[in-house]
Amino acid sequence: MEKIYSRTKAVNQVSGGFCPGCFHGVIVKIIGEVTEEMGLIDKAVCVIGVGCCNNIYGYVKGKVDMVNTPHGRAPAVATGLKRMAPQDTLVYTYQGDGDCAAIGLSEIIYAANRGEKITVIFVNNSTYGMTGGQMAPTTLIGQKSTTTPKGRDADDVGYPMHMCELLNTLRAPVFITRVSCDTAPHILKAKEAIRKGFQNQIDGKGFSFIEIMSSCPTNWGLSPVDSVKFMQENTLKEFPIGTLRDN
Amino acid sequence: MERVFMKGAEAVAEAAVRAGCRFYAGYPITPQNETPEYLARRLPEVGGVFLQGESEVASINMVLGASIAGAKAMTSSSSVGIALMAEGISQALNGCQPIVIANFMRGGPGGGTIQPAQSDYLQGTKAIGNGGCKLIVLAPCNVQEAADLTYEAFRLAERDRNPVLILADGCIASMMEPVILPPMRTDEELEKERLARRNWISNGVRTRGWGSIKLDLWYGRAAMVNAESQGACGKPVVEHTLESANRLWAELYETWENDIRVEEYRTEDAEYILTGYGTGGRVCRAAVDQLREKGYRVGLIRPIVVNPFPANAYKKLDSQKVKFVLCSEMAIPGQMFEDVQASLCDRIPSYYYGRSGGHILEESEVIDAFMSHLD
Amino acid sequence: MERRILIGGFGGQGVMMIGQLLSYTACETTDKNVLYFPSYGSEQRGGTANCYVTISDEQIGGPVGQEIDNVIVLNEPSLLKFEERVKPGGLLFMNSSIIKAEPKRDDITVIRVPANEVAEEIGSGKIANLVMLGTYIGYTDALPEENVLATALKKLGAKRPWLNEMNEKAFRTGLAYGKEQKSRA
Repeated sequence: MEKIYSRTKAVNQVSGGFCPGCFHGVIVKIIGEVTEEMGLIDKAVCVIGVGCCNNIYGYVKGKVDMVNTPHGRAPAVATGLKRMAPQDTLVYTYQGDGDCAAIGLSEIIYAANRGEKITVIFVNNSTYGMTGGQMAPTTLIGQKSTTTPKGRDADDVGYPMHMCELLNTLRAPVFITRVSCDTAPHILKAKEAIRKGFQNQIDGKGFSFIEIMSSCPTNWGLSPVDSVKFMQENTLKEFPIGTLRDN
Repeated sequence: MERVFMKGAEAVAEAAVRAGCRFYAGYPITPQNETPEYLARRLPEVGGVFLQGESEVASINMVLGASIAGAKAMTSSSSVGIALMAEGISQALNGCQPIVIANFMRGGPGGGTIQPAQSDYLQGTKAIGNGGCKLIVLAPCNVQEAADLTYEAFRLAERDRNPVLILADGCIASMMEPVILPPMRTDEELEKERLARRNWISNGVRTRGWGSIKLDLWYGRAAMVNAESQGACGKPVVEHTLESANRLWAELYETWENDIRVEEYRTEDAEYILTGYGTGGRVCRAAVDQLREKGYRVGLIRPIVVNPFPANAYKKLDSQKVKFVLCSEMAIPGQMFEDVQASLCDRIPSYYYGRSGGHILEESEVIDAFMSHLD
Repeated sequence: MERRILIGGFGGQGVMMIGQLLSYTACETTDKNVLYFPSYGSEQRGGTANCYVTISDEQIGGPVGQEIDNVIVLNEPSLLKFEERVKPGGLLFMNSSIIKAEPKRDDITVIRVPANEVAEEIGSGKIANLVMLGTYIGYTDALPEENVLATALKKLGAKRPWLNEMNEKAFRTGLAYGKEQKSRA
């Protein structure tokens, strides 16, 4: 029999790192596949943020080099690392919305503004997953969280942060895109976006930012299927997918 | 050897380059801006990288990243800026990264003043970051020592794979003195050192014939010990848990007893001891000479390494002979004074005299304070 | 033997340059210990500026002190602030072109230097600091005059070599004035 599919070598055969229905698992898989397909397993360093994104640890441990970083500081660590590592090292960060858009907002903006030759993979699931569903910078207006029990009120805590749009005001980034995991075709597009982001780095082009829309069935209080529906009806309206810049 | 006339903050920078430092990130803050300014010119000359971070928080993390990639790296700041780096310093220790941090202290608490002070002794020696992390802390009292101790800091950091702190007061940053600079370390030497710790460098170079360990900056000392030993026995020698890592750090701290350095001056026949570190220490030394001229048998104890603290220098004082110990610092209340008192265990009376808020300690004040405690 | 010097004035008067030229000369042409310690206001321009220079055969203590052997003041606020720091029997050099107040002490020697007038006559008020420096060296012989001049020409001439002639004239005029004052003392 012809083997037409196998698990990527860039990811460990472990399970249980993420909740059922969470798209982090899918994203970790496609990052692994791209890493392997591009022949980068031995050149990649995964710089990991804090939050659910940190669970990538168990999947890439021993497969590709990786670094755990203080909360929000992954782009700063990646900056020092990329500048001092051998030239062909692939450095990407893996961050969630609390990490990237709240505590680490300064680091991501300045890394982008310096045009650091790194790839940022930013997973937006509109909540603080690991800490138990508090309001994230990306929580939708009206969306309930454990710290906005009546739903996010713009008068009180402002509006969702749009990271792609924010970074698109800067001159240095070369690639800014928002993709999603809600359907199989979208996942394939997400994979291509990651490939593009890695290729930009190999080409020495500059800063690439890939926002991947995800869900959080556990903290949204919905079934996996309903959370995808919620994403399509609400989240993706607030955060439309598309490429904002591709230089 | 030719002596050159240099600012302390620049001597630290040049000594760092000569010790092999090839990466610096920092954020401007008075009174240490000459360090980054010097390195912005100097590092590119030796193929290094200088980066002005967007904050102290980002800077320490950039240094962390550079160190993880295998470069010798440092940052510098002052007081409130070091406070902002606390998390990153703790994390550097957690990941066994041999980085060097220089604190040119100003007055505090809070933003305090840009003028010199010795306000961060307790922060530096007891709790530089969260989680009970300790560093070797070096306290220079002049520009020559600032250069020598910076050079030494890189050696100690590399030896222990632990960050090292240079605790200098703002006076040391801005004063100029003649200095004989340490020799430039060769690229071959540096490469050898880098290879020696390849097992905990994370830079995606596994196919280049190096080990395959991934340092995760988590329970780092356990990970490191395992990585180092894997070549020999092929399996972990310690459990990769936080507790086993904590034990390994505790063992490391014990070894620092051998790194204690203290200047003891005219103490043999001393009936009185003046003590202080950094600028406070050199002021005390001059006061000792002046008091000797007046006929008082006074000696000096000046800790050069302040963590670990040279407690024995005080413990061995003869309580039959020494009438009191006077500690002087540019801090109110005294900070090193706590360690001095703990070392003396009430065997010998101890007093404190300090200035703060940007006032620089003077010999005459220390002498007046000394006289006020005579019977 | 230890000599403590304090130089004070407005930012922009070249106060720090006097201190640095003394310090560099002492470092590069003697075996003595030297300490230069600047003290600025927080302003970049126009604020007060002063610096301490200590030249000593022994290890040097703290960077600042209350008892100063030689005080050089280029403006009036510095005179008011630092006159009391002069050691009894010490020297106070004051820029009499600018300072109208009179020193109150009678246990010190005051050397009045019309530094700005002399400097302007030579070509620019900006080199009043070199007139002061020359006078100080001429009067005290704290460091060999040719060494101080060589340092000045090297440091100042690095960026503006075309000013060396004027700078040398300012220094030498001050030097002669200092020697003359000394011979009268």
